[in-house]
Formats: sequence, structure tokens, C-alpha cells
Amino acid sequence: MTEDVPAAQIASLEATAREIRRDVIRMTYVAGSGHPGGSLSATDLITALVFHEMKLDPRKPDLADRDRLVLSKGHAAPALYAALAHRGFFPTEELLTLRRLGSRLQGHVDRHKLPVIEASTGCLGQGIGMAVGMALEARLSGRSNRVFAILGDGECQAGPTWEALMAGGHYRLPRLVPILDRNGYETDGSTEAIMGIEPIGDKFRAFRYRTLEIDGHDFRQILGALAEAGRSTEGPTAIVARTVKGKGVSFMEGKSSWHGKAPSKEEAEKALVELGAPGVVPPR
Amino acid sequence: MTAARKTESLRDAYGKGLLELGERDPSLVVLDADLSGSTRTQLFGQKFPDRFFNVGVMEPTMMSIAAGLSLEGRTVFASTFAVFAAGQAYNFVRQSICYNRANVKIVATHGGVLVGGDGGTHQMLEDIGLMRGLPGMTVIVPADAPTTRAATLEVAERKGPAYVRLTRENLPVVTDGSFRIGHAAELRAGSDLTMVAAGALVARALDVAEELAKVGVSTRVLDFASIKPFDEASLLRAARDTGAILSLEEHSVLTGLGALVASTTSENYPVPVRRIGVPDVFGESGEPWALVDRFGMSVERIRDEAWELLRLRGKVQ
Repeated sequence: MTEDVPAAQIASLEATAREIRRDVIRMTYVAGSGHPGGSLSATDLITALVFHEMKLDPRKPDLADRDRLVLSKGHAAPALYAALAHRGFFPTEELLTLRRLGSRLQGHVDRHKLPVIEASTGCLGQGIGMAVGMALEARLSGRSNRVFAILGDGECQAGPTWEALMAGGHYRLPRLVPILDRNGYETDGSTEAIMGIEPIGDKFRAFRYRTLEIDGHDFRQILGALAEAGRSTEGPTAIVARTVKGKGVSFMEGKSSWHGKAPSKEEAEKALVELGAPGVVPPR
Repeated sequence: MTAARKTESLRDAYGKGLLELGERDPSLVVLDADLSGSTRTQLFGQKFPDRFFNVGVMEPTMMSIAAGLSLEGRTVFASTFAVFAAGQAYNFVRQSICYNRANVKIVATHGGVLVGGDGGTHQMLEDIGLMRGLPGMTVIVPADAPTTRAATLEVAERKGPAYVRLTRENLPVVTDGSFRIGHAAELRAGSDLTMVAAGALVARALDVAEELAKVGVSTRVLDFASIKPFDEASLLRAARDTGAILSLEEHSVLTGLGALVASTTSENYPVPVRRIGVPDVFGESGEPWALVDRFGMSVERIRDEAWELLRLRGKVQ
């Protein structure tokens, strides 16, 4: 299930994702706090949505039939902010205001502050419920827009996540696409050591989702799955994207310790070298 | 009870109010969590099945789904029992609805010890405190069916989140239904003492006031159905005019109307305040009105506290 996309387009998405990853490092370094691990794992998914799959227009951010994205794992805010800025929804200069007093870039996404943020999230297990409400709304009002929700895997331990997924399955909402950023780690360690969620694909299937399991860092697979989900007519399609926490920065990869911690200056420098932008650590 | 008043169901008034709204606003949506017969949202569901979602026993997620629908521009009503709406779902009401400023109206039935037989687990005594602490939340506690109908229509008109707390038991009709958000209704004029009441205890306040009138005590009775926004001016006028305030609520005195009355007067115009309500305990099973008596809200207790306030003010020996 890979999408037939020109190599140049894939290369362009990869370059954009790299730029977003660099911003995640710069932003969390300058802020002195934040969630780099889960932002980096979700970066390719967010990039694919914002730069390819979603119907969005920076000149008309309130377009009635725009596709909706709910970042149910609201702590991946830095990656979404960077993507939206690079897509033209607000100035990239603003990115370094993350978490500062007066900034539109709240620690967790706030719908009152920025376009495209459909729902304020942060406390887990709620974004997916709001996405179900939005997908119900699309059906009620006969709109064709899609509703994407990015979930974290720690979030899959929360009962209300499954309440919401149960409702999405029950109402057979074909425009609803939950996407799980399955990076394997939560704040305190590996999900499987703390409270195992596997077999996670089977759980989605049991909740009446057509479920596609992919490598969440392979754009061909991501675009393929998103396109396949778009062809749903009967009910919702879930995407389980296997990802790497901290993806792109060797010393962050697969480490739960980078869930909610900002890099030091040295670490940020090292990370930026790995991400192809040496020597560009902004002043804190 | 001194006055014989007819009693009516607040829940029926809500159900009928929803029907009115459903006819008037074709975009109005109603959600329930497997209690639609008890909350009376069933009436709406039977009439407008396409705009009614019974989500089952998932109160937290009912709040998120309601928020999602409303963020797209709809007015959404969501109903269940108070213990689930304000308790089970608290953080979902907080983030999905209030933080998002979603246009969701939570109408919670079965508040207080008047739930009766189900016992302490289901008798929600902390909801007014929880809900009024949320930024942007409107909180209404109707005393009777006419106010319930009016509140249902009013919260639908007013943009933003609202919490309306209803009682399972039928209650005496004490108002003419002229309720307005943010305004306390003076149900009885008086100059010696003011009773500030909400919900099920408004009728009792009127009864005791009537009794006191027979021995020459003039008691003002204010119906504070609008807990938030709070009619501070009416409260402070009462404090100035009568010099003593007795609050009455079928809710914990720690965080409800009494706490609000005490803090508002002490900051602006300190006068003696006594609070009638449930002390710092959970409820238990029993006959509904016997529980009201048992948990500190008996007519005798109201009478005693009224006399105590009059003594404190030197109005009686």
C-alpha cells in the first residue's frame, strides 16, 4: 500500500520534515521545556498531512470544507506549529516564542490562538472525542471534509480514548481518520513495560476500524495509507504508524527520557548537526 | 410546609423546553449517556431522531463529542446525572468544553440528596462548586419547573458553556418563570433578614419566611437560580437593607451558594451570614425529603438559624 508519488515530491516532503525537526529542536531549546521526543516521532505524519493530504488554504484558513486536524496528543505542538508556519499560516519567526508569556504558541495547542488548530488539547483522551464530534458534524451537515486525529500511544492507555473510538466505530464515520503515533514510549518508559497496549492494530479492528499498519517515517507508506483512508465509504479507517521516539536525532531516538525535556545548548547543537544545520542554535 | 403549592417536574419542563428549542432551531443537537428516559432528553430524541445521540455510558467522551459538534457551530445540549456530568466528566468539561469555549449546555439532573434511594454515590453535592470554578461557565440552579423551562431557553440563547442543575424530585412552583441569567428574583420583600436560596430549598425558604411573618419578622427571599453570573448587586443590597443573610442550598456548604454569599459579603459589605446546606459529608440512602432534613436542611434548622441571625443583629433578645 505505497502511493505512486513522484520521487521529487517525496524528497521535498523529506526536506520539509527535516526543516520541521530542526525547528522542534530550536524551539524546545529556546523555550527551555517542551516535548521533543513525541514531536519528532510525529513530524513525518504531520508533514504528510499539512503539506500533502489535507485540504487547507493559508489564505482562507476558515474555509468551511477544509479538512480538520485534531492533535489529540497536544504535546506534539512544536511539530505542528513548525509545519503550519512553513505552510504559510503564520510567520516562522514566531516559532521561537514557544511557551513564552503572551505567545500564540502555547505549550499545548490552543484553538483560540492560531488557525488550523481545530481543538485545544493537552489533557489526553479528549482530542479524539472532539474529532468524533467533528466527523459527526460533517455527516449531519452533509460536508465532505475529512477529520484527522493524531493520537499518542500513551494516550491509548486512557479509557476515554476507547470510548471515543467506540463511538467513531459505532457511528460508522468514513471521514474520520485516527492516526496513532506508535513510538513505543511514554513519560516513564516503554508503553509495553508500563501498561501494554499491544496488539494495538487488533484493538482498532475490534473497535470496527479498517486498520492500516505502516512505517510512520516512510512517506510513500504514509501517503498510501492516507489515500487509502480517503477511499473509505463504509466506516472509519485507522492508521497505526510505527514510529521512533525522537526520530532524526540519534541520542534521542527510542529514549523516553526525551519525552518532556528540552535539549541543552550542546545537545541542541549536536542535534542540529545531525539534522543538517550545523551552527544554527538561536540565542536562548 | 405551610403553603400548599402544586409541585411540578423540573425534568419534564426541561424535556419540553428542548422540544421547543428543537422546533425553533433546526441545528440544535442533543446528547445523552444512557439516561435519556430519566433526563427526559428522550422526548427530543423521539421527535428529532437525526439530531439526537445516545452515546451510552461514556460521560467524559459525551462532553468531548459535544464540544466537537459545537466547535463546528452548533448549539449542543448534553444531559446525564449531575454526578456523572460534573464528577465523572470533570476534566472533559474543563478542557473540551470550557477551555475550548464550546457552545455546550450541560443539563444535569439528579443533583443533591434528593436523589434518595440510590444513596451517597449518586447524590452529587459538589457540582455547583466544581462548575462555578470553571472560567466562562454559566451555572444555573432552577427552583422549579417554570424557571427550568426559562433557563433551558435562556442558556440556548447565550453563547458559551453552561451547566444547569436539576433535581429529580418534583418541586413546588414558586416562580412565574420570568428567570433571567444574572438576575436574582425577589420572591418576597423583607427588611429584617434575607434568605438567599437556590434550587430545592427556595420553597422551604418561602415557607419559613411566611412563618416568621406571623410573629412580626420581615424576611426577604431571593432566588439565586443564576449562580454564575452572580447578581452581586442584589446580594449586597440585601446585606445593606436587612443586615443579615441566610443562604440555603441543597449542596455542600463548602463550595456552593453559601460560600459565594459569604465571600461576596465579607469582601464588600460584611454582615452576619449563616449557611444552610450539606456539611462536609457524603449523603446516604433514604426517602428524599427525609434526607434533606437529616443532612442539615430541615425547616427547624432553617428557623433556628434565622432566629440566631436576628439575635446577632440585636433584633430579638
